[in-house]
Amino acid sequence: MSTQPKRTLRLGLIAATMATVLVGAACGGTTRGSEDNANPSGNQATGQANPDAPLVEGLDVAFLPKQVNNPYFTVADGGGKSATEEFKGKYKEVGPSEASASSQVSYINTLSQQQTDVIATSANDPNAICGALNSARQAGAKVVTFDSDTKPECRDVFVNQATAEGIAENQVKLISEQIGGAGKIAILSATPNATNQNAWIELMRAELKKPEHGKIELVTVAYGNDEDQKSFQETQGLLRSYPDLKGIVSPTTVGVAAAARYLSGSEYKGKVALTGLGTPNQMREFVKDGTVKAFALWNPADLGYLAAYAGAALASGQITGAEGEKFKAGKLGEYTIGKDGVVVLGPPTVFDQGNIDQFDF
Amino acid sequence: MARDTVAVDVPGAPAEPAAGVLRSALVRWDTALLVVLVAVVVIAGVLVEGFASGRNLQFLLLDVIAIALIALPLTLIVITGEIDLSVASTLGLCSAAMGQLWVAGLPLELIVVLVIGLGAVLGAVNAVFVTKFALPSLAVTIGTLAAYRGLAFVVLGDQAVADFPFRWTEAASGTVGDGAVPWAAVITAVLAIVFGVVLHATPFGRSLYAMGNNAEAATFAGIRVARAKFWLFVASGAVSGLAGVYWTLRFASARADNAAGLELAVVAAVLLGGVSIFGGRGTLLGVLLGVLLLGAVRNALQLADVAADTLNVVTGGLLIASVVVPNVITLTRALWRRRSRTA
Repeated sequence: MSTQPKRTLRLGLIAATMATVLVGAACGGTTRGSEDNANPSGNQATGQANPDAPLVEGLDVAFLPKQVNNPYFTVADGGGKSATEEFKGKYKEVGPSEASASSQVSYINTLSQQQTDVIATSANDPNAICGALNSARQAGAKVVTFDSDTKPECRDVFVNQATAEGIAENQVKLISEQIGGAGKIAILSATPNATNQNAWIELMRAELKKPEHGKIELVTVAYGNDEDQKSFQETQGLLRSYPDLKGIVSPTTVGVAAAARYLSGSEYKGKVALTGLGTPNQMREFVKDGTVKAFALWNPADLGYLAAYAGAALASGQITGAEGEKFKAGKLGEYTIGKDGVVVLGPPTVFDQGNIDQFDF
Repeated sequence: MARDTVAVDVPGAPAEPAAGVLRSALVRWDTALLVVLVAVVVIAGVLVEGFASGRNLQFLLLDVIAIALIALPLTLIVITGEIDLSVASTLGLCSAAMGQLWVAGLPLELIVVLVIGLGAVLGAVNAVFVTKFALPSLAVTIGTLAAYRGLAFVVLGDQAVADFPFRWTEAASGTVGDGAVPWAAVITAVLAIVFGVVLHATPFGRSLYAMGNNAEAATFAGIRVARAKFWLFVASGAVSGLAGVYWTLRFASARADNAAGLELAVVAAVLLGGVSIFGGRGTLLGVLLGVLLLGAVRNALQLADVAADTLNVVTGGLLIASVVVPNVITLTRALWRRRSRTA
């Protein structure tokens, strides 16, 4: 109740601030918009790219994940390691034991002090590590972000695991195949304000409006807050509220695993379809016992592999991070840099009974 | 319990030498820390590539400033026998408030004042529970540790406010002239001198040791224990608010989860600095040396590519050693004294 007027107030204040900015009136004190907050040291794609330059040997490549000992990043960094071995660089992985932005800063400073050639990192905060990254770049390092980006002016290239469109399309395709193209479905998401989740859900709604999915009805979106227990209970709730539910899509690893666990122990096993974004290790038993037919995720090893090659291409002068430049990433083939220095890994990998045992993460 | 303390405290010996022994022991702990710190710096300077440079000194200082700031009032609080575990959550809530006020369009100069004021209010809340309701500060501040962090998320959610002016964020890690010493470190040093003078050169400071040794006796001696503790908690909140401003600008990011868990690093530094967790003992110089020692060890090990987990083990080991070593010394000394007396 009380949040409504507060929100209106906040919106009003934001509107007032923006109006102030538009009018250009800035008198007395440093207020929002009264001063340019752009980081002048953020250099964008300077120098000349030479696409034919060979990859330099002996590059120092450092992977700085959000957190060490996190299985996802261990696999991603492992991909970076095999790529670094291919182009004969020196690989290392460093990072904090807790996923916090401030501790990443201290590691970036260390790497910059060590004259590292390539820093491949996944940012805990898009802004907090910016200053440190830029000072590392001034000291000569090339910075590649993967999985989670910083502000574009703080890195040379961002390796994106998948586009939001790619994920939405893939998820709708999977559920449609599994329920025979018709029936009621529900989404089990993470938290109501998770930015990427909401973007995917919006795009899934758009995808469902297409004529080929006309017989599929999205009845509700439930939120498991990325907590195992809550996701488990929400799944239970969904099936109770919608007895004729044909399928559930859970585009979060915690949610899809909890939903699978509920379904596999219930009467709905094999009757209600479940798909989403999950890791093979979490989902293996549910694929084998028939609860889940297929689910998807990008391959984190490929993500790290591509990030390492992008870093090597930058450090060797093949690319500068400008749109349209091309580089070769070993076994993954050739990639082209898109707008804002973004390289997209590709469509998500689909895991099912046939291939799940080839993956361990 | 009380009788036991009296029996140990008054071992028949005159007060004068006992105090002398105590003082020299303190001096020795500070000296020991200084020797260890110098040793760490020299060894790391020789063995670890990249350690002995101005740039690295700047990085090292920037990393420990927030801890050093918060440790100043906390030293005084722990000397009185109390503790404040809500400091990092106060920092987080102040950071979140700073972000929300900036979004609301207030001038940054005013926001800084408001946020430090907010910190003082949050400290006063702790103070009221501890002094007016006579609740144990450990319980109270564990409560506010959770409550303030929760409030921080109420204020800012899981968003981050990051569009602070570059001039300000740059200044937060900027150095004096072209040197390696950040401005923020100079401010911290000035505050350290203020707290050091208050603790070691004023009657108020001496009264803190008295209440740490025996609050009841201090009260009977005419010391206004509750009032002193009240203002210490307020100071702790205000300085945590200031640390929140520094943190927000240094990382150019106002977030509700800023500095989560930092209270442990601060308490570790205070204890390593030789402050007794039971109160009544410790120096501010020792605490600052403790902060620098922990920072230098972390920095050197990171540069030497030691894994994060090993690093935590080393820091933890250092802390345990800092508590065990003085206790062993005190114990052996007490045993030796008892034996010589009975003989």
